[in-house]
Amino acid sequence: MVRTTILGAGLLLLGSVALVSAPLASDTSDTNSGIDPQADRQALRDFYSQRFPDVPLEEHKNGVYAFDEGAREQWLEMEDFPPYEIAVDEGAELYEMPFADGQGYPDCFGDGAVKGRYPHYDDVRGEVVTLEMAINECRADHGEAPLAYDGAAITRLTAYMAYASRGQIIDVALPEGEGALAAYESGRRFYSTRRGQLNFACSSCHVQLAGNRLRAERLSASLGQVTHWPVYRFKWQDVGSLHLRFNECNSQVGAEPFPPQSEEYRNLEYFLSYMSNGLELNGPASRK
Amino acid sequence: MNINRRKWLGSMLALGGAALLPMRLFADTAAAFKATSADVALKELFGDLPMEESSEINFKVPDIAENGAVVPVSVSTDIEGVQSITIMVDENPNPMSASFNISPDAIADISTRVKMGKSSKVRALVRTPDKVYVASQEVKVTIGGCGG
Amino acid sequence: MAAQVKIRGKLKDGVAQVKSLMPHPMETGTQRDPAGNLIPAHYIDKVTCYRNDQEVLSADFGASVSKDPYFAFKVKNCSPGDVIKVTWVDNKGETSSGELVLK
Repeated sequence: MVRTTILGAGLLLLGSVALVSAPLASDTSDTNSGIDPQADRQALRDFYSQRFPDVPLEEHKNGVYAFDEGAREQWLEMEDFPPYEIAVDEGAELYEMPFADGQGYPDCFGDGAVKGRYPHYDDVRGEVVTLEMAINECRADHGEAPLAYDGAAITRLTAYMAYASRGQIIDVALPEGEGALAAYESGRRFYSTRRGQLNFACSSCHVQLAGNRLRAERLSASLGQVTHWPVYRFKWQDVGSLHLRFNECNSQVGAEPFPPQSEEYRNLEYFLSYMSNGLELNGPASRK
Repeated sequence: MNINRRKWLGSMLALGGAALLPMRLFADTAAAFKATSADVALKELFGDLPMEESSEINFKVPDIAENGAVVPVSVSTDIEGVQSITIMVDENPNPMSASFNISPDAIADISTRVKMGKSSKVRALVRTPDKVYVASQEVKVTIGGCGG
Repeated sequence: MAAQVKIRGKLKDGVAQVKSLMPHPMETGTQRDPAGNLIPAHYIDKVTCYRNDQEVLSADFGASVSKDPYFAFKVKNCSPGDVIKVTWVDNKGETSSGELVLK
């Protein structure tokens, strides 16, 4: 069975004229399903190389600042002393606070520079494990109650850990085996499925229309979207997680959003992370 | 130190030799912050001091703000005798945003971030003993494309 | 106690280029909480900068200065070992500060 790439699928869904030729993935995977993450990833990278010929692929870790001059200038001004530093400081304090049993986060995560390990597919558990999940598991292991997945505490902890992990290269293992491939495929499908009253798929804006203007702003590429979380959004006047942003974006197209750390969003994060393999982690970051 | 300005002015005028002193030594910043129009705020701050546009003010503010909650503003100048730099956002409910008092030990070069409620003219006002120099720029504040 | 002022800077040719970030909600008094109640005004209104206990700059802030105010400034006649201090007071009388030893 010949398998279309995400680009091919996205274009079919949108029914528009192909902007670039959509390479079809040869069936190199050894399962019958024809899922080919490597080919998908290459196709996506090729697409963005053509779409943004003057932008080195790694630069997409900075989102629209990679290609929007006016926004980039303001971002650089903010980077002079970014508001997320306060969240990083608060996260450092939380990280150092011991649990009731006398142990603490360092016993689970060392110096905290572990973001590069997440997300990953856990074959034994049969699910995608994210940093936020791991934090709550560390707490559970030491008799502590879990933190709310979009509460202030967990976001500050991840801000600190993201900062400590800056420079690490995203290196999600190639999804192999049924479970991992299924999680990958679930994320890929979510990504390219239209939803909501506005009937947009993630790929509608971030592939098909990447770089275009949407009112006064420009649309970022999917490549590099997962590198810089949690993010200090000026709109939120606070740091927030990737899943919160997924949730918000789904609501904005009039679709039913999923809760942070739901299976849907973990699979989506897994898919997007594999797509960004090779890019550097650069969180936390400021965004509008 | 609370001086009744009118009384002070009256006594100075009575002395008759006060022609060389500026008419308002004490800017009323509290009243300026409360003002709901730029004109009133300017009057409270600078009284009758002559005001003029100046190209000698380096005023950096974005054309289109990424987000109205955090708009970076920088003001610097080599004009001599700067006493203060004031930032005003005309269309804000209270246009006066901040004022920086520059002593002889400091340089007339400041940066900060201000909130803007909507698109507006933003002004940088540089005060010297006998004049206020102004630079202004229109800054657009927009609704995000994703609906907010 | 209010969070400390974060402060960074460098000394070049006798001029200290200083950047500060002051954690503070800077509530204007016009925003509402999720229940619909007005959040009272709470904002820094005065900032004072010192070089070795000598006041060199001050600022009057209104509530329209952004949350977690950023303030960058330059001080003349500085030498290594000088201490630059930034202090603030807000409309509730709360206060905090931060210090930087110039190198």
